[in-house]
Amino acid sequence: MWRQKVSLILIGTGLLAMPVPLPARAPYPADPLQSPMWQAHAKTIFGDDPVRFDPRVKMLYPEVAENQRSFPVALDARGVGQVKRMVIFADLNPIPIAIDYRPEAAEPYVATRIKLDQRTPVRGAVQLADGQWLVAGGWVDAAGGGCSAPPVSRVKGDWATHLGEMRGEAWPMSEDGSSRLRVTFRHPMDTGFVANIPTYNIEELAVKSAAGTVLGEMEIWASVSEDPAITLMPHAKAGDVLTVDARDTNGRAYLARIAVARQSAMPSATPQ
Amino acid sequence: MRVSRRAAVAGILGALPAAALGMTEEYRIDPAVVADGIWMIHGDDAPILPANGGAIANIVIIDTPAGTVLVDSGPSLRYGRALKAVAEKLTGKPVIRVYVTHLHPDHGMGIAAFDPAIVAALPQTIADIARDGRGFSDAMYRILGDWMRGTEIVLPGRRIDQASEDFGGRKVQLMALSGHSAADLAILDEKTGTLIGGDLLFHDRAPSTPTADLARWRESLDALSKTPHKGAIPGHGPFDPSGTQAIMQTRRWIHWLESALTGAVQSGLDMVEAGAIAIPPEFSGMAAARYELQRSVSHLYPGLEAKLLPRVDVPDQ
Ligand SMILES: [Zn+2]
Repeated sequence: MWRQKVSLILIGTGLLAMPVPLPARAPYPADPLQSPMWQAHAKTIFGDDPVRFDPRVKMLYPEVAENQRSFPVALDARGVGQVKRMVIFADLNPIPIAIDYRPEAAEPYVATRIKLDQRTPVRGAVQLADGQWLVAGGWVDAAGGGCSAPPVSRVKGDWATHLGEMRGEAWPMSEDGSSRLRVTFRHPMDTGFVANIPTYNIEELAVKSAAGTVLGEMEIWASVSEDPAITLMPHAKAGDVLTVDARDTNGRAYLARIAVARQSAMPSATPQ
Repeated sequence: MRVSRRAAVAGILGALPAAALGMTEEYRIDPAVVADGIWMIHGDDAPILPANGGAIANIVIIDTPAGTVLVDSGPSLRYGRALKAVAEKLTGKPVIRVYVTHLHPDHGMGIAAFDPAIVAALPQTIADIARDGRGFSDAMYRILGDWMRGTEIVLPGRRIDQASEDFGGRKVQLMALSGHSAADLAILDEKTGTLIGGDLLFHDRAPSTPTADLARWRESLDALSKTPHKGAIPGHGPFDPSGTQAIMQTRRWIHWLESALTGAVQSGLDMVEAGAIAIPPEFSGMAAARYELQRSVSHLYPGLEAKLLPRVDVPDQ
């Protein structure tokens, strides 16, 4: 019975047809989401590093995917120990990875909005200092078309007028010496899946202190929504000036300076 | 209520959905009298789901000397047909007018069951359905599947450009408002003073904002407050006999929503956090509150960020 079930799953996912090489390492843990792409993505992202599913890592998103082109996600790994890398990915997106973040001197928190091309697992993976990966996530129902629909700015034709506009703000967070940084870009973030529009996206972003120290840096893929919005928690105090330095796939540079406010954030609206 | 033989058989067979048995599911259409010659069919106070066939909007039947008048027509051809049969049986008169209050598919796709020549809407609503109808239709088919079978996008054939319409002595006032969408039709039945608010009014059910302009919505609520009336029929949620409660609740929700989301942007919350903020106890009786808050975050947050976060890009180095 059990055997039968397993082979049904394998047939269902097409994995049975693939040659299975002998594992050079301990196998990845069984995917609680039973995604057909788990093994493949695990291999690409985690390689030979140990992996486990861990509920202390919080992959957060709304109950409904109201907009396939812009689905809010937040990966919160505060409290799991020293984190060196954080990856947000959606198994069944044609561009699975959205963000690959290294919080050098920042709390392990990153939020953004991603495109969803169909119903897919949406996951967050964080790598601890010892190399171990902790993974969390869930299935998200999406009607589809997030990656293959032209961005609104392309439809309206006004993207070039606003390209490079950045908005943002930063607030000091409490005693722990971290801040909360929000930054938004005007950028079409073309996936390359819409006829006659080649891939064009912001691909690198770094947050630096006034002295030029990198507090956090990330690679960004075209599965991040048009007009990207990113929330991070770099270590900085009230009055510090943060620099956000980004580059897109055409080599265009983006630079912003954001002073950390004197007042702490989040007085009025506290998440439940 | 109208239970088809097939649905009755399905009921006997247990909780199996009719679709699973290869049968056609039928809508339950249950008009309740709210005033002399006016019935309301209370939609499911829930999201559009396969379980309710998308029948979430309130529909109104008015018995006039000239014939039966409908306000909104439900989500699908199947609903529109069933509605027509129920309404004509109720009044004993043919449907002579169908008003479409605004562009949203839960209110208007049922007009596929009627002659477009008797279907009336504000000019902007007709233009909006022409623009967005395909997208709405695709989304409805995706969510509802078989419920939508045969439902075509139909444009209302009559543009409302007058302030009232007289049906053999029963006169209704037609108010061209906006805010829930670019064009929202509200209707006042002069005989009974019943106000039919369309989706300008939500009652014990959280308002939805996919096409909202909150400032205009408030102006429209002011206009409805100033219009002398008795009971009010909201677009979603139960009939409001007081006539003031639905207006007040809708106003309070959109006021709270706007100030809460403004506060969220100003406090540095991202969209996930904004969708998780506490909902005040005064809205605890509202159906679908968390659901609509998170949808509203999706609709409104990018605009608020563009308005409230300062420009920080450094001019070309
Ligand atoms: Zn509506």
